[in-house]
Amino acid sequence: MNGVIDLQLWQMAAAYLFIVILLFIVRARGISREREILVSTIRMTIQLILTGYILVFLFENINPLYTISVIAIMEAFAIYNIFTRTKVKLSRPLKNIIAFSMLFGTLSSLMFFLLVVINISPWYDPRYYIPIAGMLIGNSMTGISLGVNRLVDGMISQRHLVESALMLGATPKMAAKDYVNNAFDAAILPTVNSMVGMGIVFLPGMMTGQILSGISPITAIEYQIAIMLGIVGSVALTVILFVQLGYKTFFNEHSQLIISD
Amino acid sequence: MFLLKDVKYKDILYIKDLEIPRKKITSIVGESGSGKSTLLKLLNKLISCDTGDVFYNNQPLSEIDSVELRRNVVLLPQSPSIFSGSIKDNLLIGLKFSEKPLASDKKLVEVLKLVKLNKELSEYANNLSGGEKQRLAIGRVLLLEPEVLLLDEPSSALDEDTENMIIMALVNYTREKNKTLIMITHSKNVAYQFSDRIIEIKKGTVIN
Repeated sequence: MNGVIDLQLWQMAAAYLFIVILLFIVRARGISREREILVSTIRMTIQLILTGYILVFLFENINPLYTISVIAIMEAFAIYNIFTRTKVKLSRPLKNIIAFSMLFGTLSSLMFFLLVVINISPWYDPRYYIPIAGMLIGNSMTGISLGVNRLVDGMISQRHLVESALMLGATPKMAAKDYVNNAFDAAILPTVNSMVGMGIVFLPGMMTGQILSGISPITAIEYQIAIMLGIVGSVALTVILFVQLGYKTFFNEHSQLIISD
Repeated sequence: MFLLKDVKYKDILYIKDLEIPRKKITSIVGESGSGKSTLLKLLNKLISCDTGDVFYNNQPLSEIDSVELRRNVVLLPQSPSIFSGSIKDNLLIGLKFSEKPLASDKKLVEVLKLVKLNKELSEYANNLSGGEKQRLAIGRVLLLEPEVLLLDEPSSALDEDTENMIIMALVNYTREKNKTLIMITHSKNVAYQFSDRIIEIKKGTVIN
């Protein structure tokens, strides 16, 4: 197998030609997105360069404290991102449940994946820990964001049906069942759908990266299958925890709906 | 059956002392916005009073499990919700929510007759008119056979003839089955004609 082609500075610069072409197109068509495209490109470049240096440092100075700190920052950023990306106003108890579900769902999936499926040693090896945590946390973040929006939207827009169910003697769990199921479905569907096109419509990023870095496609595929199953597990665990606990925040201890008009 | 003592709910309802008798038909009358619907919601524990106590069978509502209470004391709001699905689905959903045995099609048809709704069980419920939906919702709560029926203007979407027929059917049902009926009505005629007791509410307080 050939070695990896090391990109020269001029080759990197050439890749930015795509952005120049994009800027040219949006300007020619009078679409006012030049600023966003430029800012996003610059942000992406700086963020990735910094990440590269940080990863080099972490890989050369293997320390459990560093690994745990990185995971903590990832989790904090993901949870904050869910709060800000949600279109609806979130109550304090619901925010607590989002944070708990993310932490418990992703960390337990991550530990199982690394310690049982991959069986890494030492347990805090950042070369495995950080990229895999990134994939599990990132996908769970997207899933739970979709679930939060669907659950809150369903409970608020259909509150008259929820209240009618309570009047007919339903428990809060029965009254919220449809909206809980819809939220779980909305959250898990993109991950399930992405498995369908994988390998045919697109080659996943991790696998592409491994193949480009010279690893056998078979090994890359083994890892990709494992990580995809890990992602599905993490998203499902995170979202099921969230919906099963989250709907309860819409009711008080007297099984009364506490959504105001 | 129900006893309210020094009950206050927000700035909507203040009741010093009120008793609602068991196995009788009680009508609640009063201007709109006077707190009638709030009173029914308190009895069904869909809301709780800020101060004071509501007793059901001599037990404070705060000590009664809300879900259990609502399975015995069923509230039908003024604009009842219709769930997606057929008329049959809508009739059965109350039994499912209250975890009671499901009724046979024969019984469902009898209930439709009782509420004067001449429709097939398989018809899509959301296609019904406002008045038909209201009758379907009445049928749904009758199937539950609760101890207490709380009805918030059960005939508000009906014409006068249908209104009388439905109220008659509800009154007969209550007397035959020995149940308690508490209903809000905008019609003093209905209240005087069918009730054992009338409660008049004005600006959140019982005046009569």
